[in-house]
Amino acid sequence: MASAIEVRGLVKRYASISAVDHIEFTVEAGAVYAFLGPNGAGKTTTTEILEGLRRRTEGHVRVLGLDPWTEGIRLHRRIGVIPQDFRFFEKITPTEAIEYYGSLFGTRPNPTELLGKVDLLDKAHSRFDTLSGGQKQKLGLALALSDNPEVCFLDEPTTGLDPQARRSIWEVIRGLKRDGRTVFLTTHYLEEAEILADQVGIIHHGKIIASGTPGEIIRAHGRAERLVFEAGPALADYLQRTLGCPAEVREGRVEVPLRSNREAAQILTAVDASGIPSNGFFTERDTLEDVFVRLVGPMDEGALKTEATA
Amino acid sequence: MKPARIYADLKVVVRSYLRNPVALFFSLIFPIILISLFGAIFSGGSGGAVPMAVENFDHNSPASVEFLSALNNTSLVQVQMVNYPVSDFSAQLGDNGYSVGLIIPAGFQGGLVNRTPVNLTLFTNPESAAAAGQAEGAVTGVANYFNLRAVCGGGSCAPVVQVPAPKNIGSQVYTYIDYLIPGLIGFSILTSPMFSMVDIASSYRKEGIFRALSLTPLTKAEWLLSRIIWYVLLTFVTASIMIGAGVGLFGAHVEITAGLFAFLVMGPFLFVSLGMLAGTVAKTPESAALIGNIITFPMMFLSGTFFAVSEFPAWLQPVAKVLPLYYVIDGMDQVMLFANTARALFDVAVITVLAAIIFALAVRFFQWRDVE
Repeated sequence: MASAIEVRGLVKRYASISAVDHIEFTVEAGAVYAFLGPNGAGKTTTTEILEGLRRRTEGHVRVLGLDPWTEGIRLHRRIGVIPQDFRFFEKITPTEAIEYYGSLFGTRPNPTELLGKVDLLDKAHSRFDTLSGGQKQKLGLALALSDNPEVCFLDEPTTGLDPQARRSIWEVIRGLKRDGRTVFLTTHYLEEAEILADQVGIIHHGKIIASGTPGEIIRAHGRAERLVFEAGPALADYLQRTLGCPAEVREGRVEVPLRSNREAAQILTAVDASGIPSNGFFTERDTLEDVFVRLVGPMDEGALKTEATA
Repeated sequence: MKPARIYADLKVVVRSYLRNPVALFFSLIFPIILISLFGAIFSGGSGGAVPMAVENFDHNSPASVEFLSALNNTSLVQVQMVNYPVSDFSAQLGDNGYSVGLIIPAGFQGGLVNRTPVNLTLFTNPESAAAAGQAEGAVTGVANYFNLRAVCGGGSCAPVVQVPAPKNIGSQVYTYIDYLIPGLIGFSILTSPMFSMVDIASSYRKEGIFRALSLTPLTKAEWLLSRIIWYVLLTFVTASIMIGAGVGLFGAHVEITAGLFAFLVMGPFLFVSLGMLAGTVAKTPESAALIGNIITFPMMFLSGTFFAVSEFPAWLQPVAKVLPLYYVIDGMDQVMLFANTARALFDVAVITVLAAIIFALAVRFFQWRDVE
């Protein structure tokens, strides 16, 4: 598969500070790439360089084979961008905005279809300054799609949306992937990245500290899948003695790392045979969010938002 | 450069504007308020001394100087020395906005000394009856005083200084309101785009609207042109309102000629570009407003908007002539009042060259996207 985005040795310096420090990644055409990182990590700077909105200090960057800075005009006809905190002319309605973009791009987008896609049909004729934050973002998304782009850059497209609206945007993103478009997604919601992304890159202090599929990142940086028993230290001792497995007590629960299905069966049989009381068991694995917090560190946890706190 | 994109952007501008009641009010009602206010303040009857253009062909002889000084002391007229050709004197009075004029002939002092009659030539405009009466009264009164003093001492009281019936001023006489109309049209050509473009340049950058537009095929020149077209349209509307109000409320005399359209197009072209350039130089909306004011305010008052530049102190007149608005207003004076095509052409050439340079600079320096 050809690459839609190629980044090699990308550096962006402001005076003596390196906001982006020699990063490399490739996004295959048709893939959804989630670009994650705490605030100030270099996420937006990188995204803006890819979009042709910001000049890089050094490095090789190609989007659809074009240099975003020097070939921006050609590139912009082939990409769609929804900037963070999208703003537009206050007195213009979503329908008029889509017609405006259509005239600028020389295309004939169907406002009803596009607004339906982003779940904004009921506000088709409301002025921009009367829309809520989430509705404004949806219009930004509809406009990003109005020129039928090959690559979509979605910079935090679901920030500030309620869970239902967020899921409708996820559907749009899945639809983009089904249409064969490449999606470059930055988000604060790790659950969103885990659900939607084929590839994930985590940037921290200007460097990419993890990349791969969500599963690969979890395997490489997270703790292995484990059996968890609602039981006390006696069970951990028993399992260590009888099976020699590294059972440990964490937060009042007994956790046993799993290496194979057969081992799982042996552990469950042993627990049953031990006669030690247990209030049941379940399996647990790290999520992308667990890995993110571990990699980025407790100092930056404030930058992380979860759906529960949004 | 694609007309379709300019048209699409223009539609957005027009819609935004028409849906903003405050902006609409200021564009449509403000011109009427301005005309009414200034018209009422300055056109409401004379009351004071009437400016009188005086040409002294007696080469400042002591007697003629004394005569003019006495004339000034009446407080009915205010003597202003001019130097017009005799053959064209009455037309020149009209062109320069005088409603009364006086010629003191050569040999004035000699006549007084030798007691031979000398004829003063008084020009008045029948349309300005009050000013004409005031001037005639002043001149006749001072002449009588001179006659009494010069002659009656010898026993004979034959008058020496004679004031025949005044001659009519040949061409149109202009009142304050006539000058006010081009001045106020110039005022709105300056202020409306300057204040709004300076604000737009900084606020669109801050809000990320320029960034969003930079991701479309719309070019900076197309974007600026659509604003220029909008302000040209707006200028046509406000100019029509001002002329209508001036004529309707105060009986102004102005000519609507093809030449006027050149100024109504090139004026907004110049100031939309200048506003954009000023807003581009500024880093924040606050400094943008400050820079806009620094550029706009001197022009507002020193370019002949409310008062003719020719009435400014001599040292201030060259200052007016470096301000771009001076050429817009002077040009409109020429086409609307004086039918002076040559000077109007010069003015429009100055504005066009300036507008082209400033437009190019604005397009060059204003940034859609962040270089840093």
